[in-house]
Amino acid sequence: MSLVLSAVLALLALCLVAGAILGFAAIRFKVEGNPIAEQINALLPQTQCGQCGYPGCKPYAEAIAGGDKINKCPPGGEATIQALADLLDVEAEPLDAVEGEKPQMVAYIREAECIGCTKCIQACPVDAIVGAAKQMHTVIVSECTGCDLCVEPCPVDCIDMLEVGSSVQSWKWQKPLAPGQLIASDREQVA
Amino acid sequence: MTALQIWNIPGGIHPAERKELSNRTPVQTAPLAKRLTLPLAQHIGASAEPVVSVGERVLKGQLIAAANGFVSAPVHAPTSGTVSFIGPQPYPHVSGMLAPAIVIDSDGLDEWIELTPCADYCDLEHSVLLERIRQAGISGLGGAGFPAAVKLIARPTQKIHTLIINGTECEPYITADDLLMRTYANELISGIDILVQLIQPDQVLIGIEDNKPEAIAAVRAALNERSYQLKVFPTKYPSGGEKQLIQILTGVEVPSGGLPADIGMLCQNVGTCVAIHDAVVHGKPLISRITTLTGEALAQPMNVEVLLGTPVDELLAFAGLQPSKLNRLIMGGPMMGFTLPDFAVPVIKTTNCLLASTAAELPPAPPAMPCIRCGECAEACPASLLPQQLHFFAIGQEHEQLKAHNLFDCIECGACAYVCPSSIPLVQYYRAAKSEIRELEQKQLKAEQSKQRFELRQERLRRAEEQKEADRLARAAKAAAAKAAQTAAAETGDAPATVKPAGPSDEQKKLKIEASMAQVALKKAEKQLATHATPELQAQVEELRSAAAAAQQALDAAMAATPPTAPAAAADDGALKKAKIDAAMLRAQLRKLEKLEEPSSEQQAELQQLRGQLEAAEKLLASLQAEAPAVAAPKPAADDGALKKAKIDAAMLRAQLRKLEKLEEPSSEQQVELQQLRGQLEAAEKLLASLQAEAPAAAAKPTEASTVDPLKKAKIELAMKRAELKKAEKAESDEATLGALRAAVAQAEQALHDAEAASAKPAPELVRTDKKPIDEATRALKTEVAFARADLRKLERDDGSAADALTAARQRLADAEQQLAEHQSA
Repeated sequence: MSLVLSAVLALLALCLVAGAILGFAAIRFKVEGNPIAEQINALLPQTQCGQCGYPGCKPYAEAIAGGDKINKCPPGGEATIQALADLLDVEAEPLDAVEGEKPQMVAYIREAECIGCTKCIQACPVDAIVGAAKQMHTVIVSECTGCDLCVEPCPVDCIDMLEVGSSVQSWKWQKPLAPGQLIASDREQVA
Repeated sequence: MTALQIWNIPGGIHPAERKELSNRTPVQTAPLAKRLTLPLAQHIGASAEPVVSVGERVLKGQLIAAANGFVSAPVHAPTSGTVSFIGPQPYPHVSGMLAPAIVIDSDGLDEWIELTPCADYCDLEHSVLLERIRQAGISGLGGAGFPAAVKLIARPTQKIHTLIINGTECEPYITADDLLMRTYANELISGIDILVQLIQPDQVLIGIEDNKPEAIAAVRAALNERSYQLKVFPTKYPSGGEKQLIQILTGVEVPSGGLPADIGMLCQNVGTCVAIHDAVVHGKPLISRITTLTGEALAQPMNVEVLLGTPVDELLAFAGLQPSKLNRLIMGGPMMGFTLPDFAVPVIKTTNCLLASTAAELPPAPPAMPCIRCGECAEACPASLLPQQLHFFAIGQEHEQLKAHNLFDCIECGACAYVCPSSIPLVQYYRAAKSEIRELEQKQLKAEQSKQRFELRQERLRRAEEQKEADRLARAAKAAAAKAAQTAAAETGDAPATVKPAGPSDEQKKLKIEASMAQVALKKAEKQLATHATPELQAQVEELRSAAAAAQQALDAAMAATPPTAPAAAADDGALKKAKIDAAMLRAQLRKLEKLEEPSSEQQAELQQLRGQLEAAEKLLASLQAEAPAVAAPKPAADDGALKKAKIDAAMLRAQLRKLEKLEEPSSEQQVELQQLRGQLEAAEKLLASLQAEAPAAAAKPTEASTVDPLKKAKIELAMKRAELKKAEKAESDEATLGALRAAVAQAEQALHDAEAASAKPAPELVRTDKKPIDEATRALKTEVAFARADLRKLERDDGSAADALTAARQRLADAEQQLAEHQSA
């Protein structure tokens, strides 16, 4: 009897100690914010374009962490969907966008037509447009995310979205077709 | 010398060398092309910036594009001629894309720019020497094209102890360095001397493969007594790779992801050494190079000294290209070169070989078969990588695994693909994977940057919003404080009116404005009269003149009357106030005593006394109050104030009375008080009534409200009716409604006219049509008046504005009006 009692007491003591340690750890090492949302945010392209329906990448990341779909990011495209699917261990879905995946764009202001209204500056989520009231504005190409948000507010329609063309510097090698994907005669035709 | 130790590298292959095709003939000079195309990016790093414009004549050796940044190299004109085009041109690249270039139409004169040779470079300062090399536009001529000067800049952390000169030329077919060493051995050694002078290494190693005996002999002969070590080692591909050569000559491996400079070594190609010699000793920039023209499709394979920018097709024609035999044209060697999609591309600084191969010579790769995991590739890899694993990871796009397996240490030599029994294009997988990873990293970097910028912006906006909110609250608090102060001032009676006697009183101001307005109206009418004299106008002007005179008189009277009356009023007010305060204090004391439950006899006596005092005080107060209207009456300026005060007094008394009446069981004292209050109220009401009766009399002045008001009302009515009509017209209402509205408008107009006729004010000019347009000066003056008026109003509205600012604004307005009047009369 005393053996059983001591065993129970020992277990009880262990429980209390472990509980105290866990309780302490829960307070001492509390993680601020949602770490999953942070990880999701790191995978999003940060164009801050709002095409997902949220006002920026971080809100969308939080929405995904809260259970929203992962296929609402057109600038990220399939690559981002795949990465999110891998991270969250869910099925990758096709992109949910009318126009599908778009190539990388950059805003261009036709400076001769700019009236200097600063509306595009206020719209730019990453401060990639420089200019002042009644002064010509221009886009810092290296900072532009191609989000489109400056086009709509322009009262004189002097902003174009240009495709970022590939140059010799940005050209990249294509992966060859995996072996066995083409039979010899077809491959000769392709070559 | 042969006893010098050499080491071996892992892997490597022994493909057919085929160097005998092109190394049998001496270096020839290629004919001068009519048109030279010089791409701005002939090196690794930032593209050069053009410094010439289209149509400009350039001389041979003249700078045409300057280095743009630290890792960059300038470009020079290879011959004299005219710049005919600057823009996208064919570029030797596997993609076949265009790249920015400068095109020079040669004039055939080959006229050199003035050179600054320097035979004795030993005296040159270190930095000057380096700058000469930099300005000569020398980039590595071995094939990668890294700007030579950047490599030569000493690193503070690591001294270069070993200089390695690369004469290996391990790739099949290519003999450019071989011929260069044979032809320019002395220049090569001189170039090495310059490098030694520049970086002061402990040892200099010259590495040449043993398949170039003639070059070895030439270099050895040129070495003389110098202490440079010439190391000859067995032929193996790819011994010529920088890291491989270092390992062969020194036995030391360059760390993964590192540079030779990390282990105190520097490697330069023999061609680069000769170019450095030319740049320093002769002052010649890099404008030509030795290129191998080889392959079985050429009738005369050879090495040529060719000007940069020469089109490839012209060069091949010079070497006797047989187009029917040509299968692939490769720039570079068969192992690491790439197929040129276009023959119009120019020779650039890194073009060491053009290989025109027949189909039999370099047959197209057979179709790739699945990997059989034989491991041949791992044995052939000179960098000791696992090509097989990399291949599978590349297919699966497992970038982390690729990086973990050191994909970026792959030198893309092609040895693995060469030995692969399944003919898998392994190098292409690695290149694709590398560019994919680089692109992703770039995207990641950009995303990180964008995120930062976005967050900083959000933070900034948030701060701005907070600031705005704080400002708003501060403003609201200020307004509330001002209002509280105002109500407090109102409660304490008309004290503020008496405390600021400075400047003209409101009444005087009003009079002044009226007078000037009457004057203006008179002037206007007179002017009209001058332009079209009608009897009505004549009458109107007369009327106006008398009105203006009356206004002026009233103003003068007010001005004269105020000074003596003001202090009197102030004194009166003071006495009244004092009496009130006395009475209030006595009352309070009395009440305090009355509250005591068992008053002692002394206290009783005191109470009696106090009551007597209070009565006396109240009497005094009543008499003063009765007197006040009498004092106020003769001064018309104080009329409004007195009226207001009387009203307030009456209201206060009424309130007090009501309060007392509400008490259910009034004590005898309270009864008495009640009676008293009633009497006071009556007196106050009487006073108020008398004042109000007096007011219309005072309104005989031109300011008279009762006559102005109907006029204003009529005007408003007319405007409203007009707006209604317009609205209806816009809404396309039916004719009946419109007619009714029109009638209403006409009626309102008539009413306005009547009101105008009835008012003392002159009727506004009805003869509007023939008013001549106002001139510039009038407009300016009118604008000034409007501005002055607006400023004044603003100041008046703001409670905190200083009195002198107000007077100044008033003065400004009056002046402006005066000026305008004068201008209009002139």
